[in-house]
Amino acid sequence: MPIEEALRRRLIRAAADSIIAHAAELTALDQAIGDGDHGLNMARGCTAVLDDLDRIAALPLPGALHAIGMTLVMKVGGASGPLFGTLFMQLGRSLPETPDRAAAAAALAEAIAAVKARGRSDVGSKTMLDALVPVQEALGDPGPDWRTRLPTVADAAAAATAPMPARRGRAAYLGARSIGHVDPGARTVALIVRALCEA
Amino acid sequence: MSGRVGIVIVSHSADVARGAADMVRQMVGPEVKLAHCGGAPGGGLGTDVAAILAAIGAAWSAAGVAILFDLGGAETNSEMAIELLPAERRGRVAICRAPVVEGAVIASVEAAGGATLAEVRAAAEALSA
Repeated sequence: MPIEEALRRRLIRAAADSIIAHAAELTALDQAIGDGDHGLNMARGCTAVLDDLDRIAALPLPGALHAIGMTLVMKVGGASGPLFGTLFMQLGRSLPETPDRAAAAAALAEAIAAVKARGRSDVGSKTMLDALVPVQEALGDPGPDWRTRLPTVADAAAAATAPMPARRGRAAYLGARSIGHVDPGARTVALIVRALCEA
Repeated sequence: MSGRVGIVIVSHSADVARGAADMVRQMVGPEVKLAHCGGAPGGGLGTDVAAILAAIGAAWSAAGVAILFDLGGAETNSEMAIELLPAERRGRVAICRAPVVEGAVIASVEAAGGATLAEVRAAAEALSA
């Protein structure tokens, strides 16, 4: 599927706008189990991406994704900067300019591996990976209507982080007290997935 | 190898970073290059990859640079900054997993005594052992 400049612009704006619009909710999730800056930090990164939208959207898809990742790395200010930044930078390295669903699934698998390495984490530790991995599996499924399936999978996966005890990040300091709260990183993934699929 | 290992202090708080650096300067003189940074890009608590890169540059020594950090995001952002360094510098920066104030003081005292980067890191990390 060719992803032209106008579509790149629409996708980037949809994802960034969704994070900015949900910044207060993400911050509330992070206040429950972390240092309470996730929404603010991600919104700052997304605002920086939108400020640079003309340049970024004009780049071919791999370059645009890499530029988004680098902007998040430089502007977010918390661990989510390198983590989400690595996700997008690796997607930029792995995706062809005109990816199909299978190529997107393969690239997302490589990006997830990069996030695991960056965070020295894996599924089950109450992190963004707990949303990313089910989304990647759903994207790899050649069944119909993946655009309507993916947001549902992502929402359910983010919700499923609530009963997990955190093992990475500031939330890990809380141990069992982190149980019962949705992980803000997983929620951010679900917001991005829904925004991209519905854009 | 020439010179002393440089020390970089990375905190979420500019005040903590500055205070820890003040405590280091009480112990060692200008023979140890020291740089510190704290705060998110644009202000507030957090860490800033560009500021960490600048601090590494300011503390640069042929003997390498040891980074002391306070909490998780400071470590992740320090790792990211190291990856963004020129290849010839990347292998000469060590992140020390140690309490930031005590670690910075111990690391700088070791550095002042002419310890290698590996020795500086080991001395700081022994605090957490």
